[in-house]
Amino acid sequence: MSETTKIVALHGGLLVLLVTLQFLLPAYHHGNLARIMVLASFAIGYNVMFGYTGLLSLGHALFFAAGMYGMGLAVQYAGAGPVVALLAGLAVSVVVALVVGLLALRTAGVGFMIVTLMFAQAGYLTILYFTTWTRGDEGLVLQQAQRTIGSLDLSQPGPRYFAALLLFAICFLVTLWMVRAPFGKVLIAIRENEERARMLGYDVFRYKLAAVVISGTLCGLSGAAYGLLFGYVGATFASVQYSIFPLLWVLLGGAGTVIGPLVGTLFMFYLIDLSSSVTSAYMLVAGVVLVLLTLFAPQGLVGELRARVWRWLP
Amino acid sequence: MSLLSTRGLSRSFSGLRAVHEVDFALPEGEIRALIGPNGAGKTTFVSLLCGRIPPSSGQVIFDGQDISALPAHRRIALGMAYTFQITSVFSRLSVYENVALAARRRVAGRAAVDRAVMRALEQAGLHDRPDQAAGDLSYGHQRLLEIAMGLAQAPRLLILDEPTQGLADSEVAAFKALIRELKATTTILLIEHNMSVVMETADRVTVLNFGEILAEGTPQQIHANAEVQAAYLGTG
Ligand SMILES: Nc1ncnc2c1ncn2[C@@H]1O[C@H](COP(=O)(O)OP(=O)(O)O)[C@@H](O)[C@H]1O
Ligand SMILES: [Mg+2]
Repeated sequence: MSETTKIVALHGGLLVLLVTLQFLLPAYHHGNLARIMVLASFAIGYNVMFGYTGLLSLGHALFFAAGMYGMGLAVQYAGAGPVVALLAGLAVSVVVALVVGLLALRTAGVGFMIVTLMFAQAGYLTILYFTTWTRGDEGLVLQQAQRTIGSLDLSQPGPRYFAALLLFAICFLVTLWMVRAPFGKVLIAIRENEERARMLGYDVFRYKLAAVVISGTLCGLSGAAYGLLFGYVGATFASVQYSIFPLLWVLLGGAGTVIGPLVGTLFMFYLIDLSSSVTSAYMLVAGVVLVLLTLFAPQGLVGELRARVWRWLP
Repeated sequence: MSLLSTRGLSRSFSGLRAVHEVDFALPEGEIRALIGPNGAGKTTFVSLLCGRIPPSSGQVIFDGQDISALPAHRRIALGMAYTFQITSVFSRLSVYENVALAARRRVAGRAAVDRAVMRALEQAGLHDRPDQAAGDLSYGHQRLLEIAMGLAQAPRLLILDEPTQGLADSEVAAFKALIRELKATTTILLIEHNMSVVMETADRVTVLNFGEILAEGTPQQIHANAEVQAAYLGTG
């Protein structure tokens, strides 16, 4: 089998599996998986910057929240339908990503981490400051009528699952295509050796900026979808916690792999879910497992799989 | 006409004058060797040419255009290529992909890139291992990969920083042949410690010492120059 055939089989197979699970899973896990797919899309967006371009951001909650609030405010105050609202969320996150990229990319390494963190914190405080419109911590609840496209009611489990899967498939296939295209190879080259990429004639700043915008857009789209599918838009999603989550999911699943973000998100979700059903000290259990994984699978689950078995994994 | 020249080109590192007021001219089509003792400023000098580091003062003129203010990637786009003294390949990418990244700046389309890559790999003698990870290559082969990346760019000016360091004798011989073959299409600035390579390939030689040009001439003239002997061989 050629490399491309294997890649298509694995990634296509995964999408087919997710379609099939819709009809097989019991209600509880069905609902979980819809949520996981949206969060995994967020992680995929994060991975474009962190895993493929080598840019460690500590402020991705900003992009998730930008999409979410762009969507939510459009629904709440402009009476926009779900599709228009989704596009509004998308537009807001593109603009935010462009601005953050232009400013934050003047720094590198620790400086970049701090600047992205500060931007996200500023975004969080802005949401709290405009409590009159954003309802601050309490958040906005979107009604069923506001989440219906034609006869498709996104508050119902079936349509919600498929909408989540559609979002995931888009993010998943976009990154798969991107990292195998010349553009993605340049991002990887920048991650591996920025100076060398520059001396081959690549305008490193522009490529990094493109990575930030693509990453921010995918994360914003995920945030908008999350608000729409689960009917809630709140400031928690802009807090530092939501900047750390995608980093953890990607690290666990395997930075710089296309399926890693889904695997990491799934793993962490069920790790917390299962351990909290056993003990109230579930964060301790989760913490211990995370430490063990970082010790014994430092490249993440899929990263280790690539290093040991499937060398061809993109 | 000079393809490349510099006027008063200088670079200091916190008081240390690594390159000082260098006026240099390299005619199109020439193979020029740049020699000098360790720490003479050779790497710094060529880094100023290709924009890897900014100068403290002075100008670089390429093909009649003052490129002093251009960032590195723009200079490369004008037809310069630079291979690193300290091997600097993309170690987790395949040999093929390393060269393809270089080739794609010049050609587009999978087939054209493939041709350019295989040709560069053949010229450098690495065509039997395109799928190997660059980091798994021996040191000598990583040096050859650096050269292949430079070749794939098909530059007008190829700057090679100690390319034969760490190569086996047979590979050095192949390298000499390659340089002579490139002469028809490429101007070459070659930093080199191996005197046999200098004597057999260079049209002219520039000697750098303490950041300044000490002498310039044919390989024979330089070989016979007492001042150069003193500086370069440390005798005197
Ligand atoms: N980035 C740097 N920072 C400080 N000093 C440097 C730097 N690069 C080179 N130097 C110094 O400049 C001088 C010239 O170095 P270099 O150009 O590498 O010499 P060569 O290539 O001829 O051996 C040396 O004394 C070296 O220590
Ligand atoms: Mg040097």
